[in-house]
Amino acid sequence: MKKLKISLSFLTILLPGLLAAQSEGATDNWLASPGIIGTIFLVVLVLVIAVIILLTRFNAYLTSYKDKQKHKDRSDFTDEISGLEDDEIDAILENRKKAKKYRLQGNELGSENKAVDKKGLIHNLTQRPNNPLFDEKKKHKIRLETPEELKKIMIYYLGAAIFWLVFGTLVGEYLGLKFVWPELDKVSWLSFGRLRPVHTNTVFWGWSSLAMIGLGYFVIARTSNTRINSYKMAWWAFILINLTVVFGNIALMAGINNGGAEYREYIWPIMLLFAIGLVLTFINFYKTVAQRKISEIYISNWFILASLLWTITLSIIGYLPFYQDGLGETVVQGYYMHQGVGMWFMTFTLGLVYYYLPAALNKPIYSYSLGVLAFWTQMLFYTLIGTHHFVFSPLPWWLQTVAIVFSAGMFIPVIAGTTNFLMTMKGSWSHISKSYVLPFFLVGTVFYFVGSSQGSFQAFRFTQYIWHFNDFNVAHSHMTMYGIVAFFLWAGVYSIFPKITGKEPPQTLVGAHFWVAFIGLFAYMISLMIGGTFRGLSWIEGNAFIESVILMKEYWVWRAVGGTLMFFSHIIFAYNFYYMIKNRSKTDVAVEGKERPVYTTESKEINA
Amino acid sequence: MFNFHKDHKKLVIVALSVFVILSIFISVVPASNLQYVQPFPTDEALTEAERAGLNVYVQENCVACHTQQVRGIEMDKMWGDRPSLPSDYYYTKKRLDVWRQSPSLLGSERTGPDLTNIGKRQPGEGWHLLHLYNPRSVVNASIMPSYPWMFEEKDATRITDEDVVVPVPEEYLNEPGKKIVAKPKALNLVAYLQSLKQPEMPGNEDVEFIPSIKDDLDVAQEARKSGGVDGEKLYMNTCAACHQQSGKGLVGAFPPLEGSSIVLDDDPELMLQIILAGYDARSDYGVMPPFAAQLNDEEIAAIANHERTSWGNDASEVTAEDVKKVREYVMEMNQ
Repeated sequence: MKKLKISLSFLTILLPGLLAAQSEGATDNWLASPGIIGTIFLVVLVLVIAVIILLTRFNAYLTSYKDKQKHKDRSDFTDEISGLEDDEIDAILENRKKAKKYRLQGNELGSENKAVDKKGLIHNLTQRPNNPLFDEKKKHKIRLETPEELKKIMIYYLGAAIFWLVFGTLVGEYLGLKFVWPELDKVSWLSFGRLRPVHTNTVFWGWSSLAMIGLGYFVIARTSNTRINSYKMAWWAFILINLTVVFGNIALMAGINNGGAEYREYIWPIMLLFAIGLVLTFINFYKTVAQRKISEIYISNWFILASLLWTITLSIIGYLPFYQDGLGETVVQGYYMHQGVGMWFMTFTLGLVYYYLPAALNKPIYSYSLGVLAFWTQMLFYTLIGTHHFVFSPLPWWLQTVAIVFSAGMFIPVIAGTTNFLMTMKGSWSHISKSYVLPFFLVGTVFYFVGSSQGSFQAFRFTQYIWHFNDFNVAHSHMTMYGIVAFFLWAGVYSIFPKITGKEPPQTLVGAHFWVAFIGLFAYMISLMIGGTFRGLSWIEGNAFIESVILMKEYWVWRAVGGTLMFFSHIIFAYNFYYMIKNRSKTDVAVEGKERPVYTTESKEINA
Repeated sequence: MFNFHKDHKKLVIVALSVFVILSIFISVVPASNLQYVQPFPTDEALTEAERAGLNVYVQENCVACHTQQVRGIEMDKMWGDRPSLPSDYYYTKKRLDVWRQSPSLLGSERTGPDLTNIGKRQPGEGWHLLHLYNPRSVVNASIMPSYPWMFEEKDATRITDEDVVVPVPEEYLNEPGKKIVAKPKALNLVAYLQSLKQPEMPGNEDVEFIPSIKDDLDVAQEARKSGGVDGEKLYMNTCAACHQQSGKGLVGAFPPLEGSSIVLDDDPELMLQIILAGYDARSDYGVMPPFAAQLNDEEIAAIANHERTSWGNDASEVTAEDVKKVREYVMEMNQ
C-alpha cells in the first residue's frame, strides 16, 4: 500500500513536467500527437491506480465489518442454546431421530395414479426424441386476432420487400464479384457504375422501406387499439413504392441517372411516386393514430409518424432545383443522404423496436422517458450532421464543424436507445437461448450501439484522414443498414408473423438464417475495415494509387465471401417467410370462454 | 401545454416544424449562399463535345468510383496543385436538363483515382481511349470496367479517314485482325476528361495543405531541402500509366524505356527534351505530352535517373542543372 502511494505521488510530480515537454510545437493535430496520447495514458493510469487503492480500502473495511457481525451471531447462538429447557431439547432430538430413520417407499410420485392434465398445461405431445443437433426453442403460444385485411397488407408488403431483398443483394453480390473479376461481363446495362445504384436503391426503397411500412401497419393499429383508417390507401402506397423501384432500376440500367448523388439516383418523376406513397402512408397512419381508443400515443408511433414526415420533407428539399447549382448540390447531398439513413430507416426502425422488443419479451419497455429523450435528440442532432460526409471538402468550414460537433452529440440518442433496449432485455437473458427471435434483437441492439458510435468517431477530422473515400465507408454502411436495420426488421418479422398466421417457421432454418447472415456480415465488415485502413495509410504515405488497389485484392475476395453468405441467408429467410404464410389459417381462431376486446368487436364501416 | 403524449396534432406539428427549421438552416440556406459563386477568370466554359462527355460521365455513373475534389490535406496533394474551391465547379455543376439535376461530381468514394486534374496528369487522347476500351491493357492491376459499347469493331479495309482508330494490343482484341474505332460517345468522354484541369488561381500563391501527420511534413520538407526526391514514386505516378512499371511500354501504343537508345544515351539532352516538350515523331506510337509545366527540374532529374538505372538500364546520372539547361533551351525554341 505504501509503495503504491509513493509511486502515485511520483507520477503526479512527473505529470506536469511531461506535459510541458510535449506541449510545444503541437498546435494542430493535437489529439494525434504522442504527447497528448501519452498524457491521456498517464492520467488514466493515475485514475486506475486510485480506483484500485479505493477498492482495496473498501474491501478491507467490509471484511472487518463482516467479522464483527459473525462474532456477534456466534455469541447470540451460544446464549440461545444455554437458555433452552430440557423438554425443548428432547423434542428437537426426537425429530432429528425420526428424520434420520426415514426411507423412501417407492410410491411418492404417485406412479400408480392415472396421468391427468387437470389444468390444461400440456400443449404438445411427441413420441419422437428432440432434434439431437439443435437446442429446441420455445414456440409462440399467443395468437393475435388480426383483421384479415391487415394480415393481407402485411403479407404483401413483406413479400415484396423480401423479393427486393433477394434481388438487391443478388445485384450487390454480383458487384462484389466484379471487384475480383472486373471482366465478368461486358454488357452496358450490367456495368459497375450503372449497377451499383441499383443495389443501393433496391435495398433502400424496395427492401427496407417496404418491410418497415408493412411491420409499421401492425404497430400503428395494435398500439392505438383500433383498425387501420383506410386499407385502400395502403394498397395504393404499396403499388407506388414498388413501381418506383421497378422504373427506377430500369432507368438506371439504361443510363438515365439523376446525377450520381447517392440515393438520389432515381430521376424526380420516378422518385415522385415514392414521395406520394409516403404521403399516403403518413395520412393513413396519422388518421389511425387520431382514432386511437386509448388516450396516450405509444412511443413507437412518435418515431413512425415523425420519420414519415421528416422523410417527405427531406425528399422535397433534396429534389427541389432552386439552390442546387455548383456546391449547393453538394451541401444538399450531405444533408439528404445522411438524413435518408437517419430520419427514415433508423427512426422508423427504432419505432418498430419499441413495440416488437417488449412484445416479444412480454413485458413493458424499460423506460418510456428514455425513449422520449432519444426521440427529440435524434431530431436535433441527426439533422445537423450531414456535412460530415464532406470533411476537408470545399464546403464552408462552419458547416463541417457543426457536423463534427453534433456527430459527437449523437452519443446521447444512441446511448439512450441502447440502454433502453438492453435494460428491457435484462432479466430475460435466458430467453435468448430459448427464443429464435431475441438473438436478432440482441445483434441489432449491439450493432446500433457499435455502428452508430463508430460513425461518430469516423466523423472526427483525424479519422477522416485514414478512412474517408475508401472501403471503410462501405463497411460502415453495411454495419448500420444491415447490422441494425435488417436485423431489427428480421426480428420484427419472426416475432409477429407466427402470431398472425399461426404457422411457425422451422427453427433450424431460422437459426441457419441468423448465423449465416451474422457470420457473413462479420466477414464482410472486418475485411473491408482492415483493407480500408491499409488503403488509407497507403494514400497518406503518398504511394502510387495503383498500389492501394493491389493491396485491396485479398480483402475484396473476403468481402465477396461474406457477401455470398449474406445472400444465402436471404434465400433461407425467403423460404421461412413462405413457410409462415403458406396454408395460414385464414380465420381467427376463437378461443372459448375468453373475451377478445381487440378489433373484432368493432364493426366500423370503412368508406372504401 | 406541450402534452405530446396525448395530443397527436401538437406532436406532429412540433416534430415537423423543428425539423423544417433545422433543415433550412443546415441545408437550404448554405446551399443558396453557394449559388453566388463566380468562375475563375482563367477557367473556360465546357465546349459542346465536353458537355456531351459530361453527360456520358453521368450516364455511366463514373461518380460511383471517382471523386473530383482535392481536399486541403497533404495526402490529396497528388491530385492537384491546390485544394479545390467552390469556383472550380462553376461550369460543370449545373442542372443537366429538366429531368436531371446538377451532377454530383465531388463523389464520396475513391475506388479509382481522383479526376480533378486528370486532363493535366494524363493528357493523351490515345491513352484515354485505350484505357476506356480495356483498362487492363494499360494498367495491368486495374479493376475498372471496360466500356466496349463506346467502340466499334471494323475490318481494316473499311476504315475511313474520319475514324479514330485505337491502338489496341492484339491480345485484347475479340477477333484478330479487326480494328477498334472510337464512337462519338468515347471521344466526347475523353474530351471531357481532357478538359479536367485545375484552373490556375489568380495571384498564384502557394497554398498550404494541412499535413496528415505533423512529423510527415517535417520529413517531407527535409527531403525537399536536401533534394531527395523519390524518382521511383514520381515515375509510378506520372509515367507508369503508359510506359508501365516494368518500363516495357505497350507494343503499338507506348514505346519501351527498357533498353531504349534515347534513355541509354550518354548525352541526356534528347531524353530531357522529350520529357519537357513532348514528342510526336513516330506514327507507330501514341503522342507523348509535355511535362515542363507539371514537374520541376529536381523531379524530372529524379525520374530520368530512375529510368536510366532501372530494368537493366545503366546510364550516367542526370542532375537538376542539366534539366535546367534543357528547359531554357526548350523555352527559347517555343518563343
